[in-house]
Amino acid sequence: MKFIPNSIIKESMLKEIELHTIDELFSDIPKKIRINNLNLPDGVSQQEVEKRLRKLGKKNKSFSEMPSFLGGGIKPHYIPAAVKSIIARSEFYTSYTPYQPEASQGFLQAMFEYQSMIAEITGMDVANASLYDGATALGEAALMCNRIKKRKTFVIPKNISKDKKCILKNYTKGTEITIKEIAYDTKTGKIDLDDLKKNIDDDTTGVYIENPNFFGVFEDDVDEISSLVKEKQAVFVVGVDPIALGITKNPGKYNANIVIGEGRSLGNPMDFGGSGLGIFSCKHEFIRQIPGRIIGLTEDSDGKRAFCMTMQTREQHIRRGRATSNICTNEGLCALAAVAFLSWLGGSGLEKLGRINFEKGQRLAKKITSIHGFEKVFCGVHFNEFVIQCPDAAKLHNKLLSNGIQGGLILDDFSPDLKNCMLFGVTEIHSDESIEKLVSILKEET
Amino acid sequence: MYRSAVYDEPLLNELEEKRNNTYTPVDVLPSSLQRKEKINIPDLDETQVIRHFFRLSQMNFGIDSGMYPLGSCTMKYNPRLCEEISRWDSFAMTHPYQDESTIQGNLQIMYELEQLFCEITGMDCFTLQPAAGSQGEFTGLLLTRAYHESHHDFERNEIILPDTSHGTNPASATMAGYKIIEIPSTKEGTVDLEILKKTLSSKTACFMLTNPNTLGIFESGIEEIAKIVHKAGALLYYDGANINAIMGKAKPGDMGFDIVHLNLHKTFSTPHGGGGPGAGPIGVKKKLETFLPIPRITKKKDTYYLNHDYPKSIGKIKAFYGNFSVLLKAYIYILLMGRDGLKESSEIAVLNANYMKKKLIDSEKYDLPYKELRKHEFVLSCERLQKEKGIRALDIAKRLLDYGLHPPTIYFPLIVKEALMIEPTESESKRTLDEYIKALIRIADEDISSVKNAPSNTPVRRVDEASAIKKSLLTWTSLQEK
Ligand SMILES: Cc1ncc(COP(=O)(O)O)c(C=O)c1O
Repeated sequence: MKFIPNSIIKESMLKEIELHTIDELFSDIPKKIRINNLNLPDGVSQQEVEKRLRKLGKKNKSFSEMPSFLGGGIKPHYIPAAVKSIIARSEFYTSYTPYQPEASQGFLQAMFEYQSMIAEITGMDVANASLYDGATALGEAALMCNRIKKRKTFVIPKNISKDKKCILKNYTKGTEITIKEIAYDTKTGKIDLDDLKKNIDDDTTGVYIENPNFFGVFEDDVDEISSLVKEKQAVFVVGVDPIALGITKNPGKYNANIVIGEGRSLGNPMDFGGSGLGIFSCKHEFIRQIPGRIIGLTEDSDGKRAFCMTMQTREQHIRRGRATSNICTNEGLCALAAVAFLSWLGGSGLEKLGRINFEKGQRLAKKITSIHGFEKVFCGVHFNEFVIQCPDAAKLHNKLLSNGIQGGLILDDFSPDLKNCMLFGVTEIHSDESIEKLVSILKEET
Repeated sequence: MYRSAVYDEPLLNELEEKRNNTYTPVDVLPSSLQRKEKINIPDLDETQVIRHFFRLSQMNFGIDSGMYPLGSCTMKYNPRLCEEISRWDSFAMTHPYQDESTIQGNLQIMYELEQLFCEITGMDCFTLQPAAGSQGEFTGLLLTRAYHESHHDFERNEIILPDTSHGTNPASATMAGYKIIEIPSTKEGTVDLEILKKTLSSKTACFMLTNPNTLGIFESGIEEIAKIVHKAGALLYYDGANINAIMGKAKPGDMGFDIVHLNLHKTFSTPHGGGGPGAGPIGVKKKLETFLPIPRITKKKDTYYLNHDYPKSIGKIKAFYGNFSVLLKAYIYILLMGRDGLKESSEIAVLNANYMKKKLIDSEKYDLPYKELRKHEFVLSCERLQKEKGIRALDIAKRLLDYGLHPPTIYFPLIVKEALMIEPTESESKRTLDEYIKALIRIADEDISSVKNAPSNTPVRRVDEASAIKKSLLTWTSLQEK
């Protein structure tokens, strides 16, 4: 079974087109570079492959075997069976980008609904149909700022993930933009407003903040930040966790121009970090500059409602070297999971989910900080991640691990002043038992 | 014959009967951040949600519905086993920051997959990080820059590419900060060596090429191309979107390419997912290894590590380690196929394409500009039909839908007028190919109005894309405001 139906009739097919051997089909490849075959193992049966993969799977410890309290921008969330069943429809997942709208109305409508929901929760006017992940969305946002307002610097806070900083640097390498990092207040964990003031000027193309930020802390000085950005007529970019939007104001309310984020938590598994879902939305005025695909509502020749990809002149397949981005294949199926997830939850469900995550974050932090030797590093109000100063993070990590628990993310290499700090994350999916187990092991540490 | 279901399926917000508009803010949040009003997403029951998406799915053509011969897209069958395994908790429920001792399975898969790709492409090392082909290109060009700069060569700011190149190639080049120079192809549809020679200079960073190219023609002059590109001090980049044509027959590494990307969502059978996710690993020759993204996966004794210790690395281009779920499916696919399976995939993909090509040219309805022998895809021109009957490639595409067939890629590559770019892949049976051929021939003879007015057997008739731009209705809010 090699998924090649014509394998058994190739001789007769060759004859039909007046050829004798398969080799003739490859006669245009110069002899010197022709090979006879690859040096790979022989193919194996499906049954055997399944057995091997089970073995490989056993070399991992999944969340179901080993509860994990890792923060760092990716955490497990509950995925309703309904969502899994929707994205398992092979009419969806085996389809290509909907170049022929008449044959792809289903996916197109779903993406239109995805755009609608993302615009709703971010408070923007439009959203695209996904980028690779939240981190590359930041890169694209910086490039978009530079198209909107060609200036010299793009301002980011220091308290975003190292991955994002590095990706941003790579995405802007082809431009003249330099990246400026704003310090954070070591007490609150929020952006240092004075430092921000000093660093926004007439050279600033855009300013990025994250809500909640990498430390899990909410940036609540959004009105001040927003007016600082507007004063210099820079573009205001906000990164969000869509689950937190269940309880927080959407960034449109504090005058963000572009809202981005990692959308994996909306119905997609962790998948070892990939695939992700890059959320990208903006205000109407910047729509011509948006990267990626956009689905629009229109009519067919009978005047019936129909959907299609639109404003394609921004895109690489039309505009080539002058496109707003090089993105082609995006994260369509992850966006489908997100829209299915949000439909299943409804607005009320998302509000509730935000609340549960917030409350669980508060409760776990309280439990941990009630243990002698464990302290919350930042006093700013946090969501479902928070930073804890531990007696000895490495030792604790190993101890937890030997007890079948993956502790928080050790922040040693994030910043030297965060020695022995762990970034904990918790969601609706963590059981009371696993939380109690974590807490009891932490207690033994003191 | 495939027939789509037809529903007038409302939008989700139109399904909502009654809104509950009360919202109680979370008062322990700082007041400047408190949400004050309800989220405007309908509260529906699961039964409604499932029926909605089920109906939408029935108005969507996938490779499971039938042949999907989009040229350049390699729409092959997606084995179920790959899907199923990728959903197992033991893979899907792993966190990228878990202790290395608890993710040895994932790391082993990634390590071995890199080795497999090295063998298939003839490159020395791989990174699996890029999320898709175009991100692979972008990454490859960042490596190009790092490479030249490491030689204190800061003058190379140009990328050359042929006029047949895919749109992502120039777009990626621009994003990486390069100037693009597009060179015209020869009458054979291949790289014009004389023009290439003249265009190459001490300013050339890289020449980007797919081989076979987007016409489906193998660049037989590839050795000479590699020689002159390298002589000019530039690098040679391989857009691997078309490697389904040559597995087990030739390797880009042997052809002299320095950087290669692969589209796992094409050649390695991972599903397109209606647009993604994909994966675009890149392979490089030794001289570029030190610049590859981190972390790299290394193996010591029988243990695998995420190694960040590469000071010259360009760093990261995507969060974490790549689209792991896609990588996993590709790994399973390669295990299933093995050496003979992969080779035969390419053989039959090429046989199927040439079979269709021959039958269609022999019909004398369509023309095949440029050289005759093609690899896994071929590009017909229906310019003759346009001149005689005013029928365009777009019309033919829409008419095919009436026959329950998915159209090929149209209007690409740009150098073929009224292009139909057909890539059947190895997944299709002769019976299916014959049906498709027959439909194409028949359409050419049909009366003009039935072709011009197609499709009529689809959930919606011809979609007015121009007015979508004018209307700019991109969310349900904008629809309500209208
Ligand atoms: C020839 C060619 N190059 C590059 C790409 C870009 O790949 P991706 O869509 O994975 O970004 C494609 C596919 O769309 C292609 O056909």
